[in-house]
Amino acid sequence: MSKTIRIDGKEIPFEEGQTIMEAASAADVYIPHLCHHPDYTPHGSCKLCSVQVNGRNCTACTFPALEGQDIISQSQELQEDRQRITQMLFVEGNHFCPGCEKTGNCQLQAVGYYLNMLDNHFPHFYARREMDASHPDILIDHNRCIFCNLCVRASREKDGKNVFAISGRGINKRLVVNSSSGQLKDSDIDVNDSAVHICPTGAILIKRQGFRVPIGQRIYDHHQIDEVALEQESESHGR
Amino acid sequence: MKQFLDMVLESAERQPVRLLRILRAVQDRYRHIPEQAIDIIAEQLKISRTEIIAVVEFYSFFHRQPQGRYDILISDSITDWMLDKANIMSYLSKVLKVDVGTVRGDGLVSLNNTSCTGMCDQGPAGLINGYALTRLDRPKIDDMAVLIEQAVPLSEWPAEFFQVSDNIQRPGLLLQQAIAPGSGLTRALARGLKETLTEIEKSGLRGRGGAGFSTAMKWRFCAEAQSDRRYVVCNADEGEPGTFKDRVLLNSYADQVFEGMTLCAALIGAEQGYLYLRGEYRHLEDKLQKILQQRRDDGLLGQNILGQELNFDIEICMGAGAYICGEESALIESLEGKCGIPRNRPPYPVTQGYLHKPTVVNNVETFMAAAAIAVNGGDWFKGAGTERSAGSKILSISGDCAKPGIYEYPFGVAIKQILSDCGAVDVQGVQVGGPSGSFISDQELERQLAFEDLATGGSFIVFNNSRHVLDVVKNFTHFFAHESCGFCTPCRVGTSLLKKQLDKIVDGHGSAGDVAALEELCQLVKNYSHCGLGQTAANPVLTTLQRYPELYQRQLKKISYEPGFDLDGALEVARRMANRDDAGAHLTQVEE
Ligand SMILES: Cc1cc2nc3c(=O)[nH]c(=O)nc-3n(C[C@H](O)[C@H](O)[C@H](O)COP(=O)(O)O)c2cc1C
Ligand code: SF4
Ligand code: SF4
Ligand code: FES
Repeated sequence: MSKTIRIDGKEIPFEEGQTIMEAASAADVYIPHLCHHPDYTPHGSCKLCSVQVNGRNCTACTFPALEGQDIISQSQELQEDRQRITQMLFVEGNHFCPGCEKTGNCQLQAVGYYLNMLDNHFPHFYARREMDASHPDILIDHNRCIFCNLCVRASREKDGKNVFAISGRGINKRLVVNSSSGQLKDSDIDVNDSAVHICPTGAILIKRQGFRVPIGQRIYDHHQIDEVALEQESESHGR
Repeated sequence: MKQFLDMVLESAERQPVRLLRILRAVQDRYRHIPEQAIDIIAEQLKISRTEIIAVVEFYSFFHRQPQGRYDILISDSITDWMLDKANIMSYLSKVLKVDVGTVRGDGLVSLNNTSCTGMCDQGPAGLINGYALTRLDRPKIDDMAVLIEQAVPLSEWPAEFFQVSDNIQRPGLLLQQAIAPGSGLTRALARGLKETLTEIEKSGLRGRGGAGFSTAMKWRFCAEAQSDRRYVVCNADEGEPGTFKDRVLLNSYADQVFEGMTLCAALIGAEQGYLYLRGEYRHLEDKLQKILQQRRDDGLLGQNILGQELNFDIEICMGAGAYICGEESALIESLEGKCGIPRNRPPYPVTQGYLHKPTVVNNVETFMAAAAIAVNGGDWFKGAGTERSAGSKILSISGDCAKPGIYEYPFGVAIKQILSDCGAVDVQGVQVGGPSGSFISDQELERQLAFEDLATGGSFIVFNNSRHVLDVVKNFTHFFAHESCGFCTPCRVGTSLLKKQLDKIVDGHGSAGDVAALEELCQLVKNYSHCGLGQTAANPVLTTLQRYPELYQRQLKKISYEPGFDLDGALEVARRMANRDDAGAHLTQVEE
């Protein structure tokens, strides 16, 4: 007999060792997330996937599914709080969506749409962050980094390269590049690396790709992120 | 540099887990971590340079730019502020001719703030090149300035600069009588190890670091976890502002603390232990090393302890200025030579801790109590305290009282009693358990110190009626924002937003909606943060909002909305450039 958890009243089967996120996704239940990606070790930092497990807040991407869990994910309260957490990410960096090449293809923005985020709510930090345009093929705009660690994990776990790390403490965190100059051009990154393609925001971009797909015809211009995420991720979660 | 680094790396056995120790040595020598050193260390330890940079930028005591040859840090604890820190700081700045936060042009001296240094009973306090300075006053600063200008090495400075007193004001169950070295182990072996664990269980001992988890249960879980190796870690990070009891325990009862660790090792089957000592307690390091050596010489550490088949040793690991490293999983990360970022749980340290092996992490006082229980038995301990809080609690008392220092009480003691003993009069409120605990008002002094009522890691700060509660809240809120590790969104961004939002109100720019927004933010940070730091960071605001709503209201402007942005102020530059200051060159943004 397979074991089950219950998410928003729905019985969902899971296998030993699966996280709540994995079980949910395999059963076509979307839980908002940004720092999570099925191919990489869970990180648990963005907190967007927070759910209530037997009354306690936990991150679905790191918390193991266990028999008898009664999980709330879609409550109004959780969605509102997720919206606030997303707004925090927006004010921490400098996200000018209309002027960003990633617009329409950006998961941060798409989560904002999904959560019906209409403004930034919090005062902006107006952080002074730099751009690294040194590499011939790849661009980093630090203004848009949300410290999800996906590029770090992808480079380490898939590319076997270790190009990125997150440095500093608290609000002074920053993405650093592993090269003698600290610049991307002196690292051993390649435009075909997984790390270059994983960024959920417009922080890491590929050069000379601008507007190949016109605004208005991009992924999240037509599909909600829950739909897209389940289509792309539920299979790999099924195992 | 190559030669020096070779020596340092050699003494660290080229182990990446000892990265903090290596970086401390480099920082001491070069007053920063030079680029070239990063390259050499990276190559020798076979880790990436970004990993080293991340660690350097994580810890407050490492720098990528050279600090002064005399690097002075002044404690920012609220108790230091109450002891006129602001004055001390500006006087230092004036006499030493250096701005706060900078290095003097000639590189001789640098001056900055630091989080609480654990000297709240003898502030204003600070650190010079990592060594504790206490009871700073103007004459002392004048003397310091002379020594610095003459470049007299710290080792030749008068000892009184570095005098740290224990200030034990009221010893109780544990402090009255330290056990004789070896007696806890001898009794445990005579009684039987299993029976001794049962005895500790019977004692009802709960962790003294704040959370109060049953010590016997923690040790049992660890002992039962499947593994070839286990570790014992003593948490002497003690970063909670107002807490300094562990400093005193390690200064005067270290033998008993090490005995407790060794006892734990015997009971769970560990061969290696670590004392994680906060960087601020550097003055204790040599002394503790000597005590460890003495214990090795006496057959109480090392191979075949007391002639039995018992092997265990203890290494001291120094922190480098990060409050978050007191959180047990962050502490373990730090022990492994990494940034102190709390891990995801489960798994818990008792099953996967240091190097992913089962690990017991306990507070200094917990180990000390366990050693005493091994000698005196569980009933002896259980005899004191309350139903759910057995034994005694050691408190660090500071703030507005005649006799700050260390007090030990059986659990269940009323706050009123404590206040009368330490000579506190005209009390407005007490911060129990440090910034992460609760601020209680003078209406609650009948309350008890116990896990059932007011739990505490040991910090107890008294405020009299001359103090402004909001100044206290502001100090604590800034502390948390500064110490957030930055891993998770609600704490990284949330604590900084909290700081902004509170400052807006305290500085008189808040309006009606701002208190509600503040409260909403508090709940978010509390409910969604990854670890205890974020989960308690809003407590100063929440506990005072509950008790003193009128204090917040009084700060508010009478309009419904006050922008966070000063439009007219922003036009100042334009006015200067246009050389006009007529009415038309000014804008009001809200109708008053
Ligand atoms: C931010 C933070 C800081 C902490 N600092 C300390 C500390 O300095 N000393 C300590 O013993 N426990 C501290 N703790 C609690 C530890 O995580 C852990 O619970 C404790 O060391 C366990 O020991 P005990 O069972 O003996 O209390 C801290 C927890 C958090 C969340
Ligand atoms: S650059 Fe992108 S992928 Fe990397 S941490 Fe920042 S937001 Fe995440
Ligand atoms: S709550 Fe704060 S300190 Fe704890 S992990 Fe999150 S960011 Fe770090
Ligand atoms: S997706 Fe779970 S915390 Fe980010």
